[in-house]
Amino acid sequence: MNIKSTTALADTNAKNESKAPVLANKEFTPLIQKLMLYSKLKISKPSIKSGEFYGAPGAGDSRLISVVSTLLFIGIWALVTEMGFIDPLFLPSPFDVFQKFLDIANSGFAGATLIEHLSASLTRIFGAFFFACLIGIPLGILIGCSYILRGIFDPLIEFYRPLPPLAYLPLIIIWLGIDESSKMTLIFLAMLAPIILSARAGVTSVRIEQIQVAYSMGASRWQVITQVIAKGALPDVLTGMRIAIGFGWTTLVAAEMVAAQRGIGFMVLNASEFLRTDVVIAGIIVIGVIAYCFDLLMRYLERKLVPWKGHN
Amino acid sequence: MNTLDIRDVSVVYPASQGGEAVTALSDINLTIEQGDLVVALGASGCGKTTLLSLIAGFIAPSKGYLTLGDSSIKGYPRIACGLDLGDEVIGPGADRGVVFQKHALLPWLDVIENTEFGLKLQGVGKKERREKAAEFLKLVGLEDFHHHRVYQLSGGMQQRVGIARALANNPEMLLLDEPLGALDALTRESLQELLLDVWQETNKMMFFITHSVDEALLLATRLIVMSPRPGRITHQFDLNFNREFLACRDARKVKSSEAFISTREKILSIIHGDETGQEGA
Repeated sequence: MNIKSTTALADTNAKNESKAPVLANKEFTPLIQKLMLYSKLKISKPSIKSGEFYGAPGAGDSRLISVVSTLLFIGIWALVTEMGFIDPLFLPSPFDVFQKFLDIANSGFAGATLIEHLSASLTRIFGAFFFACLIGIPLGILIGCSYILRGIFDPLIEFYRPLPPLAYLPLIIIWLGIDESSKMTLIFLAMLAPIILSARAGVTSVRIEQIQVAYSMGASRWQVITQVIAKGALPDVLTGMRIAIGFGWTTLVAAEMVAAQRGIGFMVLNASEFLRTDVVIAGIIVIGVIAYCFDLLMRYLERKLVPWKGHN
Repeated sequence: MNTLDIRDVSVVYPASQGGEAVTALSDINLTIEQGDLVVALGASGCGKTTLLSLIAGFIAPSKGYLTLGDSSIKGYPRIACGLDLGDEVIGPGADRGVVFQKHALLPWLDVIENTEFGLKLQGVGKKERREKAAEFLKLVGLEDFHHHRVYQLSGGMQQRVGIARALANNPEMLLLDEPLGALDALTRESLQELLLDVWQETNKMMFFITHSVDEALLLATRLIVMSPRPGRITHQFDLNFNREFLACRDARKVKSSEAFISTREKILSIIHGDETGQEGA
């Protein structure tokens, strides 16, 4: 046992010697120095696989790489379109798309400016999001806490959750008409399921010891639900909210297919009917950028609200 | 002054899918009085934690009854119960504080908020509960850590917070489920001394679970040895090593005394199955 570990140590030292002669004269390298040495190696040799070092798989800062890869992508796009390899009807150049974006922003498209389209869509999405959270979070937590509520709601949720919103859109229109309420309801329904399910999953992530200790300190059942379970479920709830907003954006275009006068999804659909590829792409980029920004905001909120995530 | 009385208690976990019903505890009789520090010792699966859960009121006995003073303890919620003998049926409550092996602190609260949590649940005003919590944090040596996040503390400190939190609630009885099991030897010794100090000062009933024979001998006024399948109490010892320790404050001296060593040998041989039958010391 002892011999083995000594050889292992000798091995490491040998490695250090070959890679960092500066430290080679020291017989024993303290852990801190070893770590520093490793981190230096990591920078100088990015090809080394994760897992060879002490860090978790995939550890490291990837932001710079993301910026470069995005710019590269746009560069290739610009290159192939500006060189005339592709008919602008199929793919306009990024500069044309940007020009079109400014056009829409200033003078509008399909009867409204970009801001008006956008505010119509954002109202729908965040209105639906607000109600989905208002109903979904408490309901999910209560479903997680009560086998009776779980029995009642589980089949309903599990049944409608995988349905594509387009499939029940006609029903909603028949029931609610073609105005704002049907659009919001469609988005609301798409968001509700992930919020309920994540809140429910959050309940099960609360450790039984935390609940038992609360009871042993005189908590009532209601206090346990509101002060232990609801708070313990918060990380999962926030994840569910992020997923829900994503669902909201994917459902938006479907919601704005019928009888919309405004909306970024409507704008894209309308442009596609007139083969205005540049407007379609500009609209898609606007949706993507806003959705991404909101996701960043949610991640920021997550760090602020649940700094203890993963420490439960 | 209350007494905890456990009479002819059995716990049978119903058969789960494809399995058989498991008798976790069989015919347990135990009385814990004011000032008793009862330590339960035994191999894994002998029902120590089940016994603690019964006393805490997390589960209900399948047979027999538990009383604390005039109240009958029953599991909470909605678990089939045995006889109904007390004036009042109680589930888990603030009169029986619990400390688990892995701390069960709430990570969204800081140290002092965790400590005052029980008082807050009972509607004690903020100023009063802060003072109380600060007092107990001082007792466990964490007066400089009021606003630390609990997940940034070491394991030993987390357990101190857990103990302070249980004490701040001023329970009649403290239930400790291997509270020191996950700690290093030094931290463990200092917390053993802390618990004995608390015990001596408050004269509370304590029920303490451990795997460690040394720990059991050092802490217990009464040591119960349990054996598995079905879980039952096979031996009981009345001990005095904790008072010896409190008198001299030298764990090594107590542990190297002849009486300590011979008792330890006896208990080890029981645990390893050399001795059978019902006998007490």
